[in-house]
Amino acid sequence: MSSHDFSIVRATSASRVWALVGVAALGVLAAVPFWATAGDMHTLIEALTLLALAQMWNLLAGYAGLVSIGQQAYIGLGAYGLYVYSDRAGIHPFLAVIVAGLTMMVIAIPTAALAFRLRGGYFAIGTWVIAEVYHLLVANFPELGAGNGITVSSVAQLGRETRDRGAYWLALAAGVGAILLVYLILRSRLGLALTAIRDNEAGAQSLGVDVLRAKVIVYLVAAFGCGFAGAVFYLNAIRIQPDAAFTVNWTAYMLFIVVIGGIGTIEGPILGTAVFFVMQELLADYGVWYLVALGGVAVAVMLVSPGGLWSLVRRRFDVSLFPVQRRLRARPVTPSASPP
Amino acid sequence: MVWVNALVQGILLGGLYALFATGLSLVFGVMRLVNLAHGDLGLLAAFLVVAVADASGLSPWIVLVVPAMFVIGYVLQYVTLNRTLESGELAPLLVTFGLAIVLQNVLLETFSADSRGINAGAIETESIRVNDQVAIGWFPLATLVVSVVLLVGLQLVIGRSRLGRALRATADDLRAAELMGIDHRRTYAYAMGIALATVAIAGVFFGMRTTFAPSDGPARLIFAFEAVIIGGLGSLWGTLVGGIVLGVAQTVGTQIAFSLEVSPGWGGDLAGHLVFLAVLATRPTGLFARTQAT
Amino acid sequence: MTLLRLEGVSSFYSDFQALFGVSLEVAEGETVAIIGANGAGKSTLLGSVAGTVQVAGGEIRLDGEEITRLEPHSRVDLGISLVPEGRRIFPSLSAEENLLVGAYRKRPGAWSVAKVYQLFPLLTRVSRNPGWSLSGGEQQALAIGRALMANPRLLLLDEVSLGLAPVVVRQLYETIPVIAASGTTILLVEQDVGQALSAADRVYCLLEGRISLQGRAEEIGREQLTMAYFGV
Repeated sequence: MSSHDFSIVRATSASRVWALVGVAALGVLAAVPFWATAGDMHTLIEALTLLALAQMWNLLAGYAGLVSIGQQAYIGLGAYGLYVYSDRAGIHPFLAVIVAGLTMMVIAIPTAALAFRLRGGYFAIGTWVIAEVYHLLVANFPELGAGNGITVSSVAQLGRETRDRGAYWLALAAGVGAILLVYLILRSRLGLALTAIRDNEAGAQSLGVDVLRAKVIVYLVAAFGCGFAGAVFYLNAIRIQPDAAFTVNWTAYMLFIVVIGGIGTIEGPILGTAVFFVMQELLADYGVWYLVALGGVAVAVMLVSPGGLWSLVRRRFDVSLFPVQRRLRARPVTPSASPP
Repeated sequence: MVWVNALVQGILLGGLYALFATGLSLVFGVMRLVNLAHGDLGLLAAFLVVAVADASGLSPWIVLVVPAMFVIGYVLQYVTLNRTLESGELAPLLVTFGLAIVLQNVLLETFSADSRGINAGAIETESIRVNDQVAIGWFPLATLVVSVVLLVGLQLVIGRSRLGRALRATADDLRAAELMGIDHRRTYAYAMGIALATVAIAGVFFGMRTTFAPSDGPARLIFAFEAVIIGGLGSLWGTLVGGIVLGVAQTVGTQIAFSLEVSPGWGGDLAGHLVFLAVLATRPTGLFARTQAT
Repeated sequence: MTLLRLEGVSSFYSDFQALFGVSLEVAEGETVAIIGANGAGKSTLLGSVAGTVQVAGGEIRLDGEEITRLEPHSRVDLGISLVPEGRRIFPSLSAEENLLVGAYRKRPGAWSVAKVYQLFPLLTRVSRNPGWSLSGGEQQALAIGRALMANPRLLLLDEVSLGLAPVVVRQLYETIPVIAASGTTILLVEQDVGQALSAADRVYCLLEGRISLQGRAEEIGREQLTMAYFGV
């Protein structure tokens, strides 16, 4: 008869505290339209959509080992999807955002079929090429405004307050939703598969993990997330310019945020987004130097402390706010006199 | 006849693409590194020449940009990239991408977004008139010739020289090469140096051929990559063929768009991308592959 | 004169300790064999001498000079050449190119491509063939020849017999005395105890990371050997 009672737990004391803090923060954030200025709201919308994008990029690169520098394809297509569904198909803009996101999953299927023929660095550039193809295709259609871009007038017609609030809450849904989505995935069997793949892909494959299926699912989820976030961003911005919607700078932001914050962790992108905005504020007067600084810091982080800022926090405090690991807890049990 | 001309121009353009692709292919072959800053580094060479030319007038001294870029490549690899290679697959990609963005924006701040050109004099515009509709520009022809000569030279170095054997041995089995006394960190640095020297040549030819701006870096990388994939990994000659196929796809694509009277946006770059995707879909190992894209 | 000396060397094979304070000596011109069961630490020992394994404690001296922390590629300059376990010839290079790579560090000495072909005539047939196409025996001969091209003072041989047919192993071992006669000191690790004893002047036996027996090859008795080898 064992002298210990074993149970498998996930939560840590830190994560329980964080969960309470998080719920409170969520309440505050949800109420923002009622107490913040329009300018603040717009900043928050940008921050939340970037956070969502960063979580998606982290899911791809940090957990599935897929370095994609072509996610801007889904951001741009998501934006144009918003236009097509709301202006052309007459769907309510707020709903169109969701439909656009789902459409991205469909587009991601043939895209993945092509991109996954490449691996590693060539996969990365391949995703970029594909993004460029989507960019050029869209820019060729006068119905979509061609090179000059297009305005999502159905959004413009919503009225300022509705528009701002809707955009904000959708952005909040994107940001928080992305975190929850990644968290849930990592707690699932897919998450286990991803961890195995991350540790040793060949080994995982030999254990029967369907590596390709796991990667495709992650890729589709990321396509949805990026498409949704892109649609929300342009719901806020209203005017879609193909060069800006499909620029690789999106990937640069996602990459830098994730690397600086801490790749392969859920907390990392949150931290990274905060750093990004702080740096943007500090260097606002210096033009593109803030991108140089951001890039420089990201490179330095990769060379010196590849785990990013969150890894420094974790090393110092041994804390995990989004516990994904299962831990074995043993509690000693006093032996009783009852028969075995 | 216009089609023949499109074909000829495409082949000549392919020479430039092959020049850009050579360094990318070499580095991948030796150390499995895809340098995402490759295109921007080619632009760097062009801008260095512009800076020197602005200061002291265009002179034979511009050839110094080639050894200068060799040194930059050597140092970059030795100091920075070698470390990332030891950290796993993600690190080199993330670092070179960061480098690319930093470089692009530094060039942007230093030289502004205005287009520049390197003036090569009369040779730039002169051409051999074959007939009414076909002309072979001296300069594009020179570019193609240089790219072939470079490829021949590189094949000789890799195939016959002590350094070349060291590069191939290191690519085969890094630890076993160590046992031969080959310090892979130096070997990799040489490879990157050679790669940047070739991309410098490519960048300078590019700068003489058209006007350029800092934002042109990524496109150079993409075309180089497409040339490598179309041609097939592991084959330097495949890279030449890949470059030519890409060039022809672009020029013929433009001609098709023109003849069909649709927007020219359907030709050029997009046509090249579509051909690349077609090759990827049907023959992912490329036309002359010797290794896998893994 | 002692060429190689290990003093209290402790080394790790990834996370676990494979050598516990091993001390041994190899005199110049000698052929010394290290035998022992699988996992006894033989390859780790050679790796420590070659520099491919990090030494956690103790010292390794070549001709009096400490080399414990030197990187593998630097040890080649000093005259140490390792023929690694599994041959590890370069698959995409031809046999002859493999030999030429072996001469990357141009140490002065008599070994050349021609001389290696003399030692291993079977290689002349496949000199232009790529490494991956060679048979196990050809690869092993090539690996040894490649190591010799650096004109080593100390040749390290790791499990030459591994995966090869006995007749091939015999043929390879016939070259050992020829190599030794040219002045090369040889330290070899071998599972095939019979071959090891016939090729070596002296023998060390490793048991679970420690020396369990040492002595002149011809003087070691069967029973002694069994006890030292298996620890019974």
